Amino acid sequence: MSEAPPAIEVSHLVKAYGGVTAVSDISFTVARGEIVGFLGPNGAGKSTTMRILTGYLPATSGNVQICGISVATQPDEIKRRIGYMPENNPLPEDMRVSEYLYFRGRLKEIARRKLGPRIDEVLEVCDLKRVRHKIIGQLSKGYRQRVGIAEAILAEPPVIIMDEPTIGLDPHQILIVRDLISSLRGRMTVIISSHILPEIEMTCDRVLIINQGRVVAQGTPADLRREIFGHSTYKLEVAGDSAVLATAAAAVEPSLQITEDSMPDAHGFRRVTLTTSREDDIGEPLLRTLLAQELRVRALNRAHPSLEDVFLAATRRSWDAVVPGRPAAPAATRSREKGDGPGT
Amino acid sequence: MRHFLTLLSHETRMLLVSPATYIAATLFLAFMGLIFTKILEIYSGTPQEHSPASVYFQLFWLPACVMVPLLTMKCIAEERRLGTIETLLTTPVTTTEVVLAKFGAAYFLYSALWGSTVGFFYILRKFSGDARFLDSGPLLGGFLFIAISGLFFVAIGVFASSVTSNQSVAGILGCVMLATLILGGNALSDSTWLEQGVLKPAKSVIEYAHVFGHRDDFTRGVIDTRHLLFYFSGTALALIFSILSVEAKLLHS
Repeated sequence: MSEAPPAIEVSHLVKAYGGVTAVSDISFTVARGEIVGFLGPNGAGKSTTMRILTGYLPATSGNVQICGISVATQPDEIKRRIGYMPENNPLPEDMRVSEYLYFRGRLKEIARRKLGPRIDEVLEVCDLKRVRHKIIGQLSKGYRQRVGIAEAILAEPPVIIMDEPTIGLDPHQILIVRDLISSLRGRMTVIISSHILPEIEMTCDRVLIINQGRVVAQGTPADLRREIFGHSTYKLEVAGDSAVLATAAAAVEPSLQITEDSMPDAHGFRRVTLTTSREDDIGEPLLRTLLAQELRVRALNRAHPSLEDVFLAATRRSWDAVVPGRPAAPAATRSREKGDGPGT
Repeated sequence: MRHFLTLLSHETRMLLVSPATYIAATLFLAFMGLIFTKILEIYSGTPQEHSPASVYFQLFWLPACVMVPLLTMKCIAEERRLGTIETLLTTPVTTTEVVLAKFGAAYFLYSALWGSTVGFFYILRKFSGDARFLDSGPLLGGFLFIAISGLFFVAIGVFASSVTSNQSVAGILGCVMLATLILGGNALSDSTWLEQGVLKPAKSVIEYAHVFGHRDDFTRGVIDTRHLLFYFSGTALALIFSILSVEAKLLHS
């Protein structure tokens, strides 16, 4: 029995217009039911790629398939299989919410008898029942975004594509949208772009980072951390001899090295950064060894680079590749690592 | 074309809630009412050669050049400005359906407004009690001319709206194109310099596209298939260019 094709399959996608290559040889696959975050700086080619996925823009070359159907040869079939919320969520200003959803439902070929209950359902899911009779032009940004999301999921398509769905929302509204997108996991394949990186990390199973029209990194946030930084980092506040500290660290793990060492403060404590290629947590043996060496330890934690750090490092790495003369500093020293491990 | 009716009813509704429609309708009815009143004043003063109905359609070009752009300038330009064309074209509808629905809605409104002026003649007939005032031949011919030429005029308005994302530019462009078609032909048809040598073919083209001449023929009861072909082929061409314009903008966006 043959396996079902992936929800989205993009291979060697290129889009060039006006002498500019907006998308340059992008390839990626999104499995069915997966939620994928699409990250990249402004002008990286995210929106162009999304528009090509929807069949709205033709590709210059390459192949895009949605649920095994080619976008280039069967754009009409693709449009029946996607829900799309474009960047800035354009909506007609002078229609009521329920009228708009009814109109879109008819265009998306939902049967009349099913459309009423389905509209009620999406209004409930998107918390829009209170404003169903309001004119869209009079709605707040948060409600408008939810109308856009309601429209995208209305026909229950297998693939949902959302370009910056949380832009301009307040934290409460972001939470609602995040829960809404999470609720689609497993049922629909969702690809979302956003600049709010913690949102992507919390919502998405996998992340694609794109810069200058190329995919510069892809994988789960944990995979990306490993790929981009390639080591674990420990932050330490310690008082005592530096040579003893280095020996103790080497005794715990030979690859553990001091990469940063500050001047002692008034109480004699220094802020030290240790890095190792080991992936498992060696915080406890390290602490025990330091105490055994009679070093005074005030704090110890394992630093986890955030997705923001991964994003910055990945996009900067791609810049370095493009501009060879640019000095390629190690990713770890450029990133702003944030400690979130347990303090001692 | 399975979504055409859904789009057409939506577009008609959108036109009916648009202030521009009511501005166009008010201006049109006020202007046509004024013309009609003036005709009655003239006819009550001195006897005239032509029937009031044929005189009534002589100033058709003014509402056509003003009202058609007002009705059509928004249709595609506004969708492009707001970005709603993107959400519209990512549903299973085609560009052809979208353009035809917008054309259909604008044409429906244009015809409905002209149709409402039948009321002027009905009122005249009712209160004068004289059937001669309601000369059905020129009246029918005149309205037929309005209905057929309206197809082309509205298609030109839709085309003007498809080439820009600015409503005002679309309105001015539509107005200029219609004025060129309607008044340009009239202005050049009497030019003697066009009758010289190589310009003769141009003269025959201008005569073929002479809208005022078409109007006179229709109101006299002459339905020439060449006139019909001119308006139908012009409509088809303007709509094809509108569709191509929308698609070309997508390719280069």
